Amino acid sequence: MSGRAGNVRFVLVVSAPLGLTACNVWQSALDAHGQSAEAVLRQFYGFTALSAGIWLLVIFAMIGALRRRRSLAERLAAPLERRSRPEAFATIAVSTAIGLTAAILIGLTTWSFMTGRTLASLRGRETLTLLVTGDQWWWQVRYEDSQANRTFTTANEIHIPVGQPVKVKLESNDVIHSFWVPSLAGKEDLIPGHQNEIYLKAERPGVYRGQCAEFCGYQHAHMSFLVVADEIPDFEAWRSRQVATAASPTGEEAAAGQRVFLSRGCSICHTVRGTPAGGKVGPDLTHVASRKTVAAGTLPLSRGSLAAWIADPQAIKPGTNMPRVALDPDELNAVVAYVAGLQ
Amino acid sequence: MTSHPADMTKDLRDTDLDDPTLDGILARTWETPRGFYGWLATVDHKMVGRRYIVTAFVFLALAGLAALAMRLQLSVPENSLMGPDLYNQLFSMHGTTMMFLFAVPVMEAVAVYLVPLMVGTRNIAFPRLNAFSYWVYLFGGAMIWIAFAFNTGAENGWFSYVPLAGPEFSFGKRSDFWAQMVTFTEVSALAVAVSLIATIFKQRAPGMSLDRIPLFVWAMLVTSFAIMFAMPAVMISSTMLILDRLVGTQFFNPAEGGDPLLWQHLFWFFGHPEVYIIFIPATGMVSAIVPTFCQRPIFGYQALVLALIAIGFLSFGLWVHHMFATGLPQLGESFFTASSMLIAIPSGIQIFCWIATLWLGRPILKTPLLFVLGFIFTFVIGGLTGVMVASVPLDLQVHDTYFVVAHFHYVLIGGAVFPLLSAIYYWFPKISGRMLDERLGRWNFWLAVIGFNAAFFPMHLLGLEGMPRRVYTYPAASGWGEVNLFISLMSVVFAASFAVLGWNVVRSLRHGIVAGPNPWNAGTLEWAAPSPPPPYNFLRIPYASHREPLWNDRDSLPVVSGLRVDARELLSGSLAEATPELRESSVDNSIWPLLAAIATTAAFVGSIFTPSAVVWGGLLAAIPLIAWFWPKGNPEDEE
Repeated sequence: MSGRAGNVRFVLVVSAPLGLTACNVWQSALDAHGQSAEAVLRQFYGFTALSAGIWLLVIFAMIGALRRRRSLAERLAAPLERRSRPEAFATIAVSTAIGLTAAILIGLTTWSFMTGRTLASLRGRETLTLLVTGDQWWWQVRYEDSQANRTFTTANEIHIPVGQPVKVKLESNDVIHSFWVPSLAGKEDLIPGHQNEIYLKAERPGVYRGQCAEFCGYQHAHMSFLVVADEIPDFEAWRSRQVATAASPTGEEAAAGQRVFLSRGCSICHTVRGTPAGGKVGPDLTHVASRKTVAAGTLPLSRGSLAAWIADPQAIKPGTNMPRVALDPDELNAVVAYVAGLQ
Repeated sequence: MTSHPADMTKDLRDTDLDDPTLDGILARTWETPRGFYGWLATVDHKMVGRRYIVTAFVFLALAGLAALAMRLQLSVPENSLMGPDLYNQLFSMHGTTMMFLFAVPVMEAVAVYLVPLMVGTRNIAFPRLNAFSYWVYLFGGAMIWIAFAFNTGAENGWFSYVPLAGPEFSFGKRSDFWAQMVTFTEVSALAVAVSLIATIFKQRAPGMSLDRIPLFVWAMLVTSFAIMFAMPAVMISSTMLILDRLVGTQFFNPAEGGDPLLWQHLFWFFGHPEVYIIFIPATGMVSAIVPTFCQRPIFGYQALVLALIAIGFLSFGLWVHHMFATGLPQLGESFFTASSMLIAIPSGIQIFCWIATLWLGRPILKTPLLFVLGFIFTFVIGGLTGVMVASVPLDLQVHDTYFVVAHFHYVLIGGAVFPLLSAIYYWFPKISGRMLDERLGRWNFWLAVIGFNAAFFPMHLLGLEGMPRRVYTYPAASGWGEVNLFISLMSVVFAASFAVLGWNVVRSLRHGIVAGPNPWNAGTLEWAAPSPPPPYNFLRIPYASHREPLWNDRDSLPVVSGLRVDARELLSGSLAEATPELRESSVDNSIWPLLAAIATTAAFVGSIFTPSAVVWGGLLAAIPLIAWFWPKGNPEDEE
C-alpha cells in the first residue's frame, strides 16, 4: 500500500493548488494521513495478519482430517466403538486450542483498548473547534472562536491546520448522519437531540474526502465533503478570507446576477454575508466559489457545473431540498456569473 | 377417567395390535383429510413445516432477486438504471425479507418439521398455534411484498432508524407497512418458539434425558428462548414507531423529549440476538450432520451444549457494538468490545469440536458434508472479521461500509445458509422419500462456495477503500468501479448455485433414488421413521437408550406401548429425565387457526390506515379465537 499511498500524496501535493484534487483523491482508510487513522490502520494490519494465520491453521486442521490415512480396523469400526488414545489426544488438542483462543482474544482486546487510548489522547488538546451540522444532504460548518468576529459559517469544505488537534462537534438538523473522513479518523454519528464530537489531527497537508456513512434518505450517496489540511499560515490566510463578507459583484452580468439572486428566491434559503441574502435553510454561499465542489461533493466546481446545478438540481440530486427555479437563459447566466464570483 | 361412555368402549391401545392393523388405525386417527379443506385445516407438523420451508425459500428467491437488481445498479459507476427511490426500497426489502421472512422462519420451519421426529413424538405441542403461526407469517410476508409491488415497500432499511423512518421524514405508508410486517413475523416467531419449547420439554421419547437430546434440538431450545426474550423488544419498538407515525406520540422525537437512540437500543437488543437466532440452529444442523458423515458420535457433546447455552446468553450482551459511532460513553463501549470478543470462545469451541470429530471419524465426502466444510471455510473468515469489528477503533473505520456488508454476509451466508443447504441435502430424503442428486449437489456446492467468496470477499477491500453502505450510486472517480463490476458478475455465479439447487429438488422429487428410512446410516430418532414419515410419525413411540439410539440398537429399536390409537394421543414426560407422566391428548385438524390468522391480518393491515382497527380488529379476531378454544368436552389428560 505504501507505494500507492505515496502516489496519492504526490498527486495531492501537485494538484492541490490547481483545484483538481477532487478528481484525483478519494477516501480510503488504507491511505492514512491522520493520527487516529494511522493508529487504526496499524491495528488493522496486525489483526489481519493474526486472523489470516488463525484461519490457515483451522483450514489445515480441517483438510488434515480429510486426508488422514485410516487403518482397516478404524474404517470397519462400529459407530459407537471408541478408542481411548485418539480421544484423549483430541481432548488435549481441543483444550489447547480453546486456551489459545482465549489468550489471543485477551491480547486483541488489550490491543484494541490501547488504540482507543491513542484516539482519546487528542481530547482536550484542540486548538480549533468546529461545529458541523448535518442536513439532508449537505454539511454546515461553523468555525467557533472566543472572538465573535472570527466565527463564520461555511459548508461542505473544512479547512484545518496541519499537525493541530481539531475538535469537531457534531449535530443534526433532521435525520441521523455520520461524519467520516477515512484518511484522518473513524466515524461519529450526528444525531438529532444529541451532540457528539470527534477529533481530527492531520499529519500531512492534503485534501481528504469525507462522506456521510449513515443512511439518511434519497441522497445519502451524494453527501460528501472535503477536509483540506493546510500549513498553518495557509490556514490562517484562508480563515481571514472566509471571515470577510462577500465580494461585491464585478461587471454588469454579475451585478444583474445578484439582482436575480435576491429577487428570485435564492436568498430565502441562502446567506451571502454582506448582502440582504440571509436564508438559513441552505448552505452559506458567501465564499462558495472558493470551494472545490458543488452540491456537497457531487460535482467539481466550475461555471458549467454551477449552471447545471442551478438550472435543475433535481436532475443531479433527485430529492434534494433545493427546488428548481424557472430562470430564463440570461437570468441563469447572470446568476452563475454572480455565484462564480463569490470567491 | 372422566370421558364419555362411548370412549370407554372404544379405548383402543397399541399394546395388542400387530403392525399392519396399528398402521391402519393410526393413519385414520392422525391423517389430514384429502382436498382443499383438509389442506387448509391441517395441524400436522410435517405439512406445516414443509409449507413453511417452501414459503421461506420463495422469500429467499424474492430477496435474492432484489439483491441481483442492486448488483446490476452498482455494477458500473453513476448508473442511471434506477434512482434512489427504487434502490432504497430494494435494499430495504432485501434486508427485511432475508432477516424477517427467510432466515429466522426457515430455521424455525426446519425445526417444526424435524424436532417432533427427533424427540420421537407424534406431533408438535400446540399444533393449532403452530398452524396459526404459519398463516400469520405467510400473510405478513405477502403483505409487504404486495405493498412493494404497489411502490409502497420498506424504504428505510431493515433497521428503519428514526427519525428517517418517523412521521417527519418518511411520507406515505411505506414505513407503516414495514412496522406491521415486523409485528406479523414476531407473532409467528413467538408462537413457534412456544410450541418448540413445550415439545422439547414435555414430549421427548422415554429415555431421552437431557444428556441424550440431539444437538439440533438443543440448538432449537436455546434459539426458542432467545426468540422469546429478543422479539418483544422489536415488537415494542415497531409499535412505538407506528404510534409515532399514526397516533402522534413522540417516543423518538427529541423536540418533544423523545430520543432517536431509544429506537437503536430497542432494535439492536433484538437485532443482535437475532443474528444468533439464525446462527444457533445452523450450528445445530452441523452438529447433526458431522457425526453421520464421520460415522461416530460428536466429539465434546457436553462442551457443545454448554457452548450453545453460552452463546444464547452472551448474544444479549453485545447489542451496543452496532452503536459504537453513536457517541456512547467510552467505558460502556469498552465493555461491549470485551463481551463481543468473549462470544468468539464458545463459537471457537464449536469449530474445534467439529474438526476433532472429523479427525476421529471417517469423513464421507457427500454433499451435506461438503457444505459443512464450505461452512467452516467461510464462516471462520466471518468470525475473524467479527473480532475486528468488535474493536471500537477498527469498527469506527469500517462501520457502515462494505467491509461490514462483507462481514455479516460471511457470517449469515457462510454461517447459516451453507449449513442450511447442507441440511436440505441431508434431510431431503426424510421429507420427500427420495435422495437429491449427488452430481448436481457437487455443482451446487462449488458454485455456491466459489460464487459467494468471489462476490463477497472483495467487499472487504471496497469498504476499506471508503465505499459506504446503502449508496445507490458512486462516482466514477472513486475507483470502485472495477471491483464492483467483478462483484456483480460473481453474484450471478452465486445465484446460479441456487438455480442448480432448485433444479435438483424438482428433478429429484420425481426421479431421485428412493431413500428408505435411514439412507445415511444416521443415529438419531428421525431416521427411525419411514421416509417420508406417516402422519403419526412412529408406529410405536421409540425408547431412547442412547444419544444415538439407532447406532446403539442397530437391529430393533426398543419401543413403549400403551397409548390410545383411536384418538390423537401422545406421551408427555418429565423435563429432565423424560420419564413418562401423562397420556396427553393432541388436537385434531381445525380451520379456526386460518380464520384467526385472517382476522389478525385484517386487524394489523387495518391499523396501518386507522387506529380504530385495533378496536374492531380485536373484536373480529376474538370470534375465531372463541370458536377455536370452544370447549368440546375432550377427556382430560390421563396419568
